Order: sequence, then C-alpha cells, then structure tokens
Amino acid sequence: MSFLVPCPHCGPRDVYEFRYGGEFQRRPPPTVSDQEWADYLYARRNVAGPAKEWWYHRQGCRRWFLAVRDTRTNAVLEAFWPEDKPEGAG
Amino acid sequence: MWQLFRKTPMWRPRPFRDRYDVVIIGGGVHGLATAYYLGRAGVRDVCVLEKSYLGSGASGRNTAIIRSNYRTPEGVSFYDESVKLYERLAADLGYNLLFSQQGHLTLAHTDSAINGLRVRAEVNQLMGVESRLIWPEEIQRLVPALDLSPRPRYPVLAALYHPPGGIIRHDAVVWAYARGADRMGIAIHPFTEAVGIGTSNGQVTSVLTSRGEIRAGVVVNATAGFCSTVAKMVGLHLPIVTHPLQAFVTEPLKPFLDKVIVSATLHVYVSQTDRGELVIGSEIDPYSSYSSRSTLPFLEATAAHTLELFPCLRRVRVLRQWAGICDMTPDYSPILGEVPGLKGFILDVGWGTYGFKAGPVAGKRIAELIATGRTPELIKPFSLTRFYDDTLVGEKAAAAVSH
Repeated sequence: MSFLVPCPHCGPRDVYEFRYGGEFQRRPPPTVSDQEWADYLYARRNVAGPAKEWWYHRQGCRRWFLAVRDTRTNAVLEAFWPEDKPEGAG
Repeated sequence: MWQLFRKTPMWRPRPFRDRYDVVIIGGGVHGLATAYYLGRAGVRDVCVLEKSYLGSGASGRNTAIIRSNYRTPEGVSFYDESVKLYERLAADLGYNLLFSQQGHLTLAHTDSAINGLRVRAEVNQLMGVESRLIWPEEIQRLVPALDLSPRPRYPVLAALYHPPGGIIRHDAVVWAYARGADRMGIAIHPFTEAVGIGTSNGQVTSVLTSRGEIRAGVVVNATAGFCSTVAKMVGLHLPIVTHPLQAFVTEPLKPFLDKVIVSATLHVYVSQTDRGELVIGSEIDPYSSYSSRSTLPFLEATAAHTLELFPCLRRVRVLRQWAGICDMTPDYSPILGEVPGLKGFILDVGWGTYGFKAGPVAGKRIAELIATGRTPELIKPFSLTRFYDDTLVGEKAAAAVSH
C-alpha cells in the first residue's frame, strides 16, 4: 500500500480503491477567448506541495469528492464534499 | 596496469560567476547534452545548474531503453536522429557507453494491438526506420525464454521488431556529456538550486540560485519532473502533470535475454543488462505526485505480469526498487523551444517516460536554437504553441508503456 485517502463517506482507504481526477479548477464561461479555453483544457498548476484535487471512490461509495494532498509526501491533509465548501473550492 | 586504479575526475569544479551568456537549469542528460552541443557550436560562456548531484533525477532512474519506432512522422524523425547520435556517441565523447543495439520487441496480445503495431511499422518504414511486424515463430527464435504458449490470460500474437533499438549505460552518458562540456570550458555547478528567475520587459535577465544571483540572457529549463516549478518562476503554467514511474532490478542471472521486451497490454518492459540483472519497468502511477517513494502494489503487479511473459523467472529475487518522477504532457510528446512573449526562456520539458532516449537530439537541437536564434525544423512540431493552435503530436499509442 502506498498511502491512504480518507474518503468523506467510507473513511481511510487504500489509494488503489480510488480514481485520481486531476487538480481542481474552475470551468470558465463559454465566452472566454480561445487562449483562455486552451489554458483551461491543458495548462496545469502541477503544484509541488498541498494541492486541491478531485478523487472518485471507485471501489467504495462511488462518489466524487475533493481532497487537499501534499504532492511531495502524498499525505492527504483534508477530504470533503464539494458542496460543503463552495467558497473554498477555488 | 595502475592506470586502472587512477582516479580521474570527469569534470572540475569551477568558480561560481555572477554572469553567463546561457544558464541551463538541470544537470541531467538533457541539460548536459545541451551544454556540450552549445560548446561544439562555439557558445562556451555557459553554466549548468543542478540542485543535487549530476544525473540524480530521471537521467539516473530511467530504464535506459533507446528506440525510434514511434507512431507519428514528427516523432519518428525526431527520435531517429537521437538513435543515430547515440550510435556515434561513444566515439564522439571518447567514453565507453556500453550501447547495445540488441533489438526491441513490442508485443501484441490482442487484435487491436496488432493493428496499432501495423500502423507503427508502416510509418516507421516510410520514414526509413527499420521496424516490422513479426509472428510467434520468429519471436520464439529471437527470444527462446518467452512463453508463447496459449497458457497466459493474454497469449502473445505478434510483435513489432525494431532491430536498432537497445539499451545503454545511462550514468555513463551523463558523465561523458559532463566531461565533454567541461573540456570546452563550460561550468558545471552541482548542488546549486535555481529558486527564481528575473525578467524585464519580456526578456529573461537573471537566475536566482541557492548560491547567489546569475545574470544571463538565455535560460534553459531542462528539469523534467520539476519543470512546472521552474516555469512558474516566470509565471508560466505548462500543460504538464508530474507522475511517478517505478522500476526494479533483479539479482544478476546468466545472459539469457538479448532483446528489449515490451508489453503494453501487461504494462511491463524487461531487458537484461551487461551485468546480468533484469531491469523491469511499468507504466506511470495512476495519480500525480512528486514523491519518489516506491510501492508494494507496483512491485506485486509488475512481477506478476513479468511472470506471464517469462514463467522461468519465478524463483528470481528482486534486488532493489525505485521511482522517478515524469513530466507528462497530454499528447505524450515533449515541449521544446521558445515561449511566446518571453525572450530568452527556452523549454526542454515534457519528457514524460521517453526523455532519456531523446537526450542527444534534444541537446543538439536546443543548442542549435540558442546558437543560431532559429528554431530547427525537427523540433518545430513540439513547440508550446501546439496546445493553442490545436496541432498536438499524439504519441500515446507508442510512448505510454512502450519504453
């Protein structure tokens, strides 16, 4: 086992039960320029440190949630449902 | 006789100066090759910064496989130049690199995989690269130890045979490039971390390091796994996500395997080094991370998949296991060249799982770009702008697991 992800519904589970969904970002309105849309599609912050990411508990409750994980150590600092922290989800 | 025991340093420590024409961030095969070919082009006021020891990142952690049987014409001609440079490299650098062009087999276990390999064989042949589809009888002759029976869950049906592919002593390539660059007066500064980059009016002006500031008009980002961190120093977000890639070696065995064996279906590739150890690697880990800790699930799965190919290895013990971190792009092709709107900042990044085999060609062509100010045709398709004008170079079929 490499590290545990604390699913907000099922509790701490082996990372291999989850699907990694990439870093969190806001979808821009459809009126933005092509440049900004390509940035949304491709450019990533790719943080070395605490990063907010989507995770899906594929072999558990089968729900998507957000987690803050330190990408240097894989320690998950926090995991929560997106609706619980709408203001912090940016 | 006592020459054998004489210690000769491969490069000398040089004084740390506060001004160079070109600063290369990253002391791996890409950074050092760029320095070497810059020196050959007459640009010698150059320094290479490395935050740890030379070759401590992906250059020392890859599985040292070299090949050019890619999928797109842009990819094939690019990697083919690298194979040709590698063929002459030991003579160019005057150092034994133990390059063994033993041949490279990509196995197909399904009908759709055969179709994919057939496309690659056609593209390769069109581009003048030796590569063809072969069937179990010939595979068995080339690799007697491979299990071609119907026993495995996914029996081997065919293979893409690429005779110029092979393996090399990866550390030796790093050391030899460092020596070649050093002999031309290029400064190599290990244990010197770049922590910031200064710009002024859309032009790079300096690099802030752990040992002080360096003024420079050209800065090359050749930092592989950490390239996003360096790009952020100039406010640039790259289309890159960093993932770990794991590998392991077994105890040494008598020579029994003289081909590189790759199976995309089983997510595994196997080769035997000159010391007899088997080097076995896998696909990237399924989540992004900067951690180079290795994991047990990887070892279990990859060992099990290796035994599907070579059941004769069931009693062989694992010697060590490690991970490197890979800068993955969405299309599995690198990002090379200048950045629009920022003069003097050169990218040599996005090397994912295929960086080591491209070290010589990337170094040579980035050096040409810096020395002449013009982007060589060969690397034009790999510019950062391809993500903004929708001209991706899709190499996932040929690069994802098929090292």
